[in-house]
Amino acid sequence: MPRRLRWKTRLFAVLVILSNALGNFSLKWGMERQALLTLSPLDYIRAIFSPWVMLGISLLILWLLTRMALLSWADLSYVLPVTSLGYVASVLIGRFFLSEQITPQRWAGTLLIVGGTVLVGMGSPHSGAES
Amino acid sequence: MKAWLLLGVIVASTVSADLLQSREMKRHGEVRELRRLGALARNNRLILAIAFMAVSFFAFMALVQVADLSFAVPASAATLVIETVLARVVLKERVDSRRWVGACLVACGVALLAQ
Repeated sequence: MPRRLRWKTRLFAVLVILSNALGNFSLKWGMERQALLTLSPLDYIRAIFSPWVMLGISLLILWLLTRMALLSWADLSYVLPVTSLGYVASVLIGRFFLSEQITPQRWAGTLLIVGGTVLVGMGSPHSGAES
Repeated sequence: MKAWLLLGVIVASTVSADLLQSREMKRHGEVRELRRLGALARNNRLILAIAFMAVSFFAFMALVQVADLSFAVPASAATLVIETVLARVVLKERVDSRRWVGACLVACGVALLAQ
């Protein structure tokens, strides 16, 4: 893989992780302050136009676009595990900003995800599809 | 129970969206400028992929209301294991042993987080 593409890949991976973690936090923060959703579309429309949920959605749209761009040159089997660092960020956000109880199992699971992500990141982001 | 049902909807729709998205974006080739993404908006398969993502997102909105963020987000990574297998089988990507081990570790991690 050319040096330019390698740096572009790292930059987009960071953007994908950050926009996902912050987007999920805003969404959770906003949804907690909404009435419990039913199947009515009105509930969703009301929730979507509240400020925190809207911020969350904007960040998640940024996540979608940067991730789509990343998928155009890197394999799905690389993109998914690498960006799963966003899951770890969400656990940390849950613990420190949302006062969620994180059991030892959840912490162990977080470490396993980090380990798995590092292993995957050591490989080349582009293996090329088999013909 | 409601959380697991919502999680099932999220996993199924995310897997469908990601497979469609990856295949279509690969057919398009490397995106060099973000504004070029707009031109892809007329691709029917990408529109279908986005519809699946919308279903997944609405289910996720409902899930974060009834579950912790530290459960909802990692649990949705259950899609990853299925997708790694499908990336190999359907998209014909070469998945080397290190990536397999990595994906398995992530899967075990998700299983622990979900408890």
